[in-house]
This record gives sequence, C-alpha cells and structure tokens, in this order.
Amino acid sequence: MSAEDVVSAAATTEPSADHAVAGSAGPDRGDRVAATIQRLAPFVVLAITVVYGAIAYGGNFMSAATFRIIAEGRVSLALVAVGMTFVIISGGIDLSVGSVLAVGAVLTAYCSLHYNPVAAIAVPMIVCSAIGLVNGVLIAKAKMAPFIVTLSSLLFARGLALYITDNATKVPNVRSDSGITNLGQGKISGVPVQILLTIAVFMVSALILNRTRSGQSVFALGGSEDAAVLMGLPVARTKILLYTASGLLAGLAGMITATRSLAGDPLLGKSLELQAIAAVVIGGTLLTGGSGTMSGTLAGVLLLGVISNLITQNGHLTENHQQLVLGFFLIAVVIVQKLLSRRRRK
Amino acid sequence: MSEVAVSAPRTRSGAEALAWLRERGVYVALTLLVLFNLAFTANFATLGSVRLNLIQVTPIVIVSLGMAMVIGTEGIDLSVGSVMALSSALIPIYLVGYNPWVSVGICILAGAAVGLVNGFMVAVLGIQPIIATLGTLVAVRALAQVIAGRLKEFFEPFYRLIGSGNVGPSFARVSLRILIMLVLIAVVTVIVRRTAFGRRLVAIGGNREASVLAGLPVRNTLIAVYVLCAVLASIAGILETARSGAGIPGKIGLDLELSAITAVVVGGTALSGGRVKVMGTVFAALFLLLLEATLTRQNVPPAATAMIQATIIVAAVYFQRERGTR
Repeated sequence: MSAEDVVSAAATTEPSADHAVAGSAGPDRGDRVAATIQRLAPFVVLAITVVYGAIAYGGNFMSAATFRIIAEGRVSLALVAVGMTFVIISGGIDLSVGSVLAVGAVLTAYCSLHYNPVAAIAVPMIVCSAIGLVNGVLIAKAKMAPFIVTLSSLLFARGLALYITDNATKVPNVRSDSGITNLGQGKISGVPVQILLTIAVFMVSALILNRTRSGQSVFALGGSEDAAVLMGLPVARTKILLYTASGLLAGLAGMITATRSLAGDPLLGKSLELQAIAAVVIGGTLLTGGSGTMSGTLAGVLLLGVISNLITQNGHLTENHQQLVLGFFLIAVVIVQKLLSRRRRK
Repeated sequence: MSEVAVSAPRTRSGAEALAWLRERGVYVALTLLVLFNLAFTANFATLGSVRLNLIQVTPIVIVSLGMAMVIGTEGIDLSVGSVMALSSALIPIYLVGYNPWVSVGICILAGAAVGLVNGFMVAVLGIQPIIATLGTLVAVRALAQVIAGRLKEFFEPFYRLIGSGNVGPSFARVSLRILIMLVLIAVVTVIVRRTAFGRRLVAIGGNREASVLAGLPVRNTLIAVYVLCAVLASIAGILETARSGAGIPGKIGLDLELSAITAVVVGGTALSGGRVKVMGTVFAALFLLLLEATLTRQNVPPAATAMIQATIIVAAVYFQRERGTR
C-alpha cells in the first residue's frame, strides 16, 4: 500500500522535475499555448479571411446576401462533414458520403414523382441508412478496413443512383406542389429551413459527442480500440451506429439538395468526401482519431465556403485557381497542425 | 505433400485448400472469368480483343505498381491521377521547338517533384499519407488545369508511336504501350524482390518502429517510394496523353487512384502494409478490367456493372481478410 503510494508519488513528481530542469520557459505553458492555438486556429483563420474579405471587397462581400450564399452553398457539405467528424474521431473514414448523397437526392425526386411525399422522405432515409449500416457491419463485424469498405460503397451507391435514373438519362424532378420542397426552399421567419436544420444537426451532434456516454465511447474508440474493448465499451455497436448515422446524414443532405434544385441528379456529390475530410481536418480533428470537435468542423466548412467566395469575388480567377488554393491551404493547415501537436508532445 | 493433406482430418485439408485458394484468389477468379468468356462471349479469344484489353489496362497497371509499393509501406497515394493530369498539361507546352524527349523528361521530373513533396510530408513531417496526398490530389490537378487551360491537341510522330505504335519484327508486332508496361512490371518486380530497397520498404510497412530501431534509413526509403510512385504515374500520364493525342488535364487520370487502390487490394496487398504483391496487383487490374468488359458484353447496364464490381471487391477483400491479419 505505502510502497504503491511512493511509486505513484514518484510518478507524479517526475514530470514536474523534468519541467524544472527544462528551464523557466516552462514547456507546460508552451503545451497549453500550442493546444489552445490548435483548438482556436480554425476560428482565427476564419475570422482573418472574413476581415480580409471585408477590406478587399467591402460591401460586395460583407452583405447578408453573400453570407446566405456561402451558408446555403455549404449545407450538404456541412451535414456530410458532421457524420465524417464522428467517423474520423472514431479512427475510421467514410468515402461513400458523396455517392450516398446522390442516392438520397435521386430517391427523393423519384418517390415524390411516382409515389407520395411521405415516401419521398422515408425511402431515401431508409436506403441511405441501410448503406451506412452495411458499411458499419462490414467494418465492425467482418473487421474490414474502413477505407476499402467505404470505397466499394462509393462505387456501389453511385452505380445505384445511375441505375435508378437509367444512366442519368431519366433524371426525375421533384414535384413542386408536394410540401417537401419546403425542406430545400422554405423559410421560417426569413431563415431558410435547410440552414435551421443544419444548425440543429450540428448542435445535437455536438451534444451527443461531448455530453453523452456514446459520444465519449467514440473518443475512446478512436484513442485506442484495444483499450475500448478491454474497458467493455460496445465497440462494434458504436461503429455500426456511426457509419449508419453518416449514411443517414448524407441521405438528408441529398434530400435537401434535391428539394432545393427540384431534380434528383445522380452525379451530385462527386468528390464531396474529399471536401468533407478536408473540412474536418481543417477544423482540427486528427485523422488518427481520438480527438476533434464539431465546432471546429463547422468552422472548417465555413472557411471553405468563404475562401471559394473570395476567389469568385476576385473575378480574374477560375474554379481551377479555387482548387489550387484549396489544395495548398489544406497542405499548409495539416503541416501547421502537425508542428503544433509535435510541440505538445515534447 | 499431397499424401499428408489427404490423410489429414477433413477439416484440416479443407482449411489448407481454403488457404491455398486465398493465396491465389486473383488467379483463380481471373481463370474463371476467362473460361466464362471463352464459353459465352463471341469473338473473345481473338488477338484483337486480347490486345485491346491489354492496351486499356496499361495505365491502371503502371499506376498500381507504384501504388502497391506505397501501400506496402502502410501508406497510400491519392495524388496519382493528378500527377497523370500534370503530364498531360506539360507535354503540349514542351513540344514546339524541343526534342520530344525533353517533354518526357519534364513530365517525369514534375512527377518526381510531386512525389518528393508527398514523401517529405509523410516521412519527415509525419503527416498521414491519406491527408498529405489528398492535398496534392486537389492542388496538382488544379495546377495542371491552370497551366494548360483548355484542351490542346498535338501531332507529333514520337507521341503517336508511344501512344498507338507497334514495334518488333513483322511476324511479331507488339504494341509499344504493352511493351513499356511489361518492362515496368519487370523493373518493379526486381526492385521489390531482389533489392535491399525492396526489403526495406516491406520492413517499414510491416513494423515501422522496429525498422527505425534496426537503423534502416526509414525516411529516405519512404521518400523514394513516393517519388517512384509519382514517376510511374507520370509515365502512365504520358502514355494516356500520347494515346488521346491531346492534353486534357481535366479528364486524364480522373478517379484513377480509386481503380489503382482497388487493384492493389484485390491483388492481395493488405492496406496495413508489410507485403507487396506485384503480380497479384497486375492480375487484379486485368481481372477488374475484364470483369467490366464481360459485363458490358453481356449487355449489363453500366450502372449495374458498377454495383456488381463493388460487391465483388468487397467479397474479394473479405475473402482475403484473414490472411492479412495472420
């Protein structure tokens, strides 16, 4: 008993002794500063780009219309990124989201055209969750690599979306008289429904992630899966739930896109998975899993929107320049993150 | 040996047969597919049809060779398709007034530079390969499109030759593309099987920490692997550009990284690294292409083909799964 105490006491004093040796600068404080920078970085960069936009383009940028364009243009990315944040924190990845979004959009339009509004909501939700469920079962139960499983379902879901639309030759339109168009076009006291819905999804997800048992087991799972198993956490169930949720959110994003554009385009959401991963990583979530925040992801999504809007405002630059900036920006963010987390570990 | 298997309990011989099948799953699947085609597809066994299949599979095979090495180190390279696009953008620029070899050299150098960036991020900075190469995927294709602008057609005998020319004596003309592919397969096989570098890359994929402790030059090996992968991708880009006779950086190599990763994984190289199956990769690429061709020939709609392919990939990986963990 007492021997243990001594050992634990030694263990606790050891690091502080190290710090004393390391000098007055105090790596302790450096740690905290680096951690804070890492947490706040996406918000700071977002603020800087907004201020830059305000200075460079004045009223053209700082207008309610611009912000609405940015927010509405990123609704599907935001929803997909929420699911991606969960999955990445758990140490996995979901490449299928873009294709699943297309399935959701196509089914919404198809069902609203051939059946009724209830089916137009229920069918895409069920099918997209089912694709996520299959992903989850293959990953959690069959223990296959998330990358390859979701890569296959990326191919499968795109094929499904194309199959329903007869290889994109019969793109179904959403019936504009069926109340579901409110989802993509409606407003509640001036605020678009899709934006309210996205905010709600973010808030609920943040609550689940930070305030519930399931949320904590997602972190535990990403930190160390073996440890999570040994602690008796429902690892397989959590994983299946995560991928199902990711599929469901992608389906929801598809529904919103379809009801906004009134068409179920099977080619929607191409390379959206890469954008979502980029947004999540820019938001400070580590791809290795075990750490991340929903608010960071939201900042990452908005940052991508603001940057592309600024490039459009410029007028001389094309879509290609936008991608170029995005690519280099992603690389820069990842490098800075790495340097900061290395600083913390020292 | 076979006697032992026969006299052993039934379950054991069953397990052995399963293991044998797993080890050679790609070849078995490919054989079955070829037999199916011989029986049901008209004109399948003609030389023209075989040749067409081989010509189509060339870029995927070449890119997959590099991808197999990268995956062998427990990495991944998503930027290969974009590196191909970069080749496509650079060739038309360096054609007028230069020797065609200059443009080949420039493409390969540009590819190597991208590989160097990838390798530096992965090996020196310690960034996960998937996110590092995701950055270059986005940036490099955009760069290619910014450089090239619109579609640029060109007519150059040299590129016509490597795009669709044949070489060899008149009784055995071989497409130059196929010849280049075979040479590259041989080179990569030798690198992986017979060189210290090949051993190192597998060792790093198997256990990186142990490799560091054993004093292997982990960083340099990793950088070299990414450079090699990018150079192979730029060669594939040169071949594709030569075949289409135009620089189309927006189209060439699009989504090819996914096909290459699929070929590597179906070929028996686990994503967790520590093994490189060169021949398995080559035959998996052939298998996947032939599967698509077969389904098309049987009048299966392309959308359904994609779904069937996806299902088969999952089945193949599920089937090989246990081998990877052992």
